[in-house]
Amino acid sequence: MSLDTVLRVGTKLILPFVALFAIYVQFHGDFGPGGGFQAGVLLAGCVFLISIVFGLDTAKRVAPPAVVTAMVPLGALIYAGTGVVSLLLGANYLDYSPFAHEPVHGHHLGIMSVELGVLITVAGTMMALFYAFVERDRQ
Amino acid sequence: MVLLTLLAIAALAMVRQTVLFSVVILASIYSFLIASVMVIYDAVDVAMTEAAVGAGVSTVLLLAALHLTGSTEAPQYRRQFLALFVAGVTGAAVVWGTLVLPPFGMAEAPIHTHVVPRYLEKAVEEASTPNVVTAVLADYRGYDTLGEVTVVFTAGMGVMLLLRRRSRRTGRKQAEADT
Repeated sequence: MSLDTVLRVGTKLILPFVALFAIYVQFHGDFGPGGGFQAGVLLAGCVFLISIVFGLDTAKRVAPPAVVTAMVPLGALIYAGTGVVSLLLGANYLDYSPFAHEPVHGHHLGIMSVELGVLITVAGTMMALFYAFVERDRQ
Repeated sequence: MVLLTLLAIAALAMVRQTVLFSVVILASIYSFLIASVMVIYDAVDVAMTEAAVGAGVSTVLLLAALHLTGSTEAPQYRRQFLALFVAGVTGAAVVWGTLVLPPFGMAEAPIHTHVVPRYLEKAVEEASTPNVVTAVLADYRGYDTLGEVTVVFTAGMGVMLLLRRRSRRTGRKQAEADT
């Protein structure tokens, strides 16, 4: 791929900040706007950008398709598993109170865990959709 | 008001345009405008989602789909008055429904008097999350969000199964042709 130099260098400059912003949105979701869904989409957007500018093969080295496919059910499992853990600790399903000594910290941990599940499923699904569309082009 | 006018212009342009590439870009512009409207309404979480999904990811996915299908709309010879009628009646019904809603931002609206005050007062205390949207989504309404994640998961799995199976079959045919 021999694209514009400005485009390639510009993408390289922007990418770390987009990825960092995604992580910020994920972990700062309790305090500011955002959360797992937005962060997942932003992370998937990073991979889209890599794929568009540097080619599909580079993107596949960053996010291997096998990993992406596994991420789709993994996130949903983390979310549902959080609920099962609270069941095992003797509370209602998805009640985060028993996760820590104080219920408030438990809720904080529970929200973190659940948001992580959302992030993984959303990012995985978006990337898997993108790969599924782009792969068909090759045949 | 300016944004809403721009929204209407973008929507009309989308209807008039027959080059699908322009339609996708216009749809992206439309999403950005909606996101700006959401920022004005102080719904930052929604605006962020709309900007990321509507203007970002779905534009890329639609462009990828266009690449597979071809980018001009098939010419239409017949005017479809029935479709116009159905769309008009549905739109009128929706507008009629909004007429009986309480005015925007009214403090006594039913939605603000039921559980919302409790969420607003207790979110920091109970869930230690100053962003009430996150507290409601991930804690108070955790079941709903679990359902949403399951929907995303199911949708992703469905599209992957549909698109991948086809490619495997053609691959097998290719292999048979080779041998």
